Amino acid sequence: MSPATAPHGFLSPTGVEIAFVLVGLVTFGAALVTVTTRQLVHAALWLVMALGGLAVEYLLLTAEFIAWVQVLIYVGSVVVLLLFGLMLTRAPIGRSPDADSGNRWAALVVAVAAAAALVWVVVDAFRATWIDLDGTAAGSAKVTGASLFQHWVLPFEALSVLLLAALVGAIALSRKAKADRAAADIPGARSDRPTEGAR
Amino acid sequence: MNDAVDVALRLLIVFVVFLTFPLIVGQTEHKVMAHMQGRLGPMYAGGFHGWAQLVADGVKFAQKEDVVPSGADRRIFQIAPAVALLPYLLILLAIPIGPGEGAVGQVLDAGVFFVLAVMGVGVLGSLMAGWASANKFSLLGGLRTAAQLLAYELPMLLTAASVAMAAGTVSLPGILHAFHWWWVPWQIVGAVVFFVSGLAELQRPPFDMPVADSEIIFGAYTEYTGLRFALFLLAEYAGIVVLCGLTTVLFLGGWHGPWGADGLGWVWTLLKTAVLAFVVIWLRVTYPRLREDQLQKFSWTLLVPLSLAQIALTGIVKVVIS
Repeated sequence: MSPATAPHGFLSPTGVEIAFVLVGLVTFGAALVTVTTRQLVHAALWLVMALGGLAVEYLLLTAEFIAWVQVLIYVGSVVVLLLFGLMLTRAPIGRSPDADSGNRWAALVVAVAAAAALVWVVVDAFRATWIDLDGTAAGSAKVTGASLFQHWVLPFEALSVLLLAALVGAIALSRKAKADRAAADIPGARSDRPTEGAR
Repeated sequence: MNDAVDVALRLLIVFVVFLTFPLIVGQTEHKVMAHMQGRLGPMYAGGFHGWAQLVADGVKFAQKEDVVPSGADRRIFQIAPAVALLPYLLILLAIPIGPGEGAVGQVLDAGVFFVLAVMGVGVLGSLMAGWASANKFSLLGGLRTAAQLLAYELPMLLTAASVAMAAGTVSLPGILHAFHWWWVPWQIVGAVVFFVSGLAELQRPPFDMPVADSEIIFGAYTEYTGLRFALFLLAEYAGIVVLCGLTTVLFLGGWHGPWGADGLGWVWTLLKTAVLAFVVIWLRVTYPRLREDQLQKFSWTLLVPLSLAQIALTGIVKVVIS
């Protein structure tokens, strides 16, 4: 990320900056509704909105590759998995009176602390860095790939090993469930619907 | 000023393609199915071979009452068709049909990821429809849609990644510029896997378990009437156009052809897309529907290993020739 040479002020924002703030507000609002709504499936759909808004923010920061991956993984797969789980177990239309956690204050404290830590780190790291929008895109697939596989290849490999471990763990768990099923019928692991791991 | 006109013109062309091509595929499907099954089909509307039947169908859909079931979640139920249809419009923006600068709606740096990501979003429409209808058949259809998407998204991504590896770029025009004719035999397994997974993602026969009409009426779309139902049908046909266009661009060389690549490249793209669309229709008429467990097994035990093998082959050849 190369800082641009021209001076920047907060009092004369450019169009991109205004768009960034507006999309950020929408994303924040959607995220708030996600955790406060009493309708389970609506919460999942508001989550789509929040994740999609985040993708737009990445786009505005010229990180095109990250933005599309965000849509592909989170909107296209994680939310579909969430909806699948909701529809498979229970997804009533209308309000669910029990969709409220007794831990809401603890959750709020954790959320605020996490947000404060992230904002602090980001502000501290990129205090006066501005992206040069006129030059080559700082977040193009080429640049991202080069920096990922040159500077960050060790974390990348560590993450892939972590994911592999999770994959093996999922398979092991689902095979164990298969063996137990003879003894006791486990809800959610019905034999007529093959799950991903059991196959 | 010139830029604004240019952008407006591109958007207009993409929009016109979005409005007409799916209808052409739909009309072709009527006629091809009628011929393959040795029946006439509607032959009177408009005179010559019943060409106006599609217009008549459209008018019929527009006239029908737009019903929302009383138990349904009104707003989700109403916006679901838009969520299903609009992603395909966005994808059409990124598909290049010719070699020049002007032959693509918008050049994207990570075009492959864009099209696959947005294609996955369209399925959310079916899920929303299935849940919001407050109908158990719709819910079953939605569940099957989700299970199918989870199973078939992976082989599709892996085979697209194989092409990106071969070309050394994730931009769609970039992949076409790097294309050589021998890519077709090299990537043929990936091409078949991509096309088949795409069919499953569109819920076309033989992968139409989510809308299996003999079991769950019409799956997630059971409660829809009139224009909203027509929008879901249109999304299916737009999906065919997008899938065939993408297969053409990624695996069949797009605008490359034996001759005339300079001026007539777009003809090659359209021709290949049309042939693939014909194959999609052909498969619908000739193959029986897979059962739900066969469907899952087919993806996890056949398509995923095949696409992984294709990636390995791509990697080996790439290392050998470089």
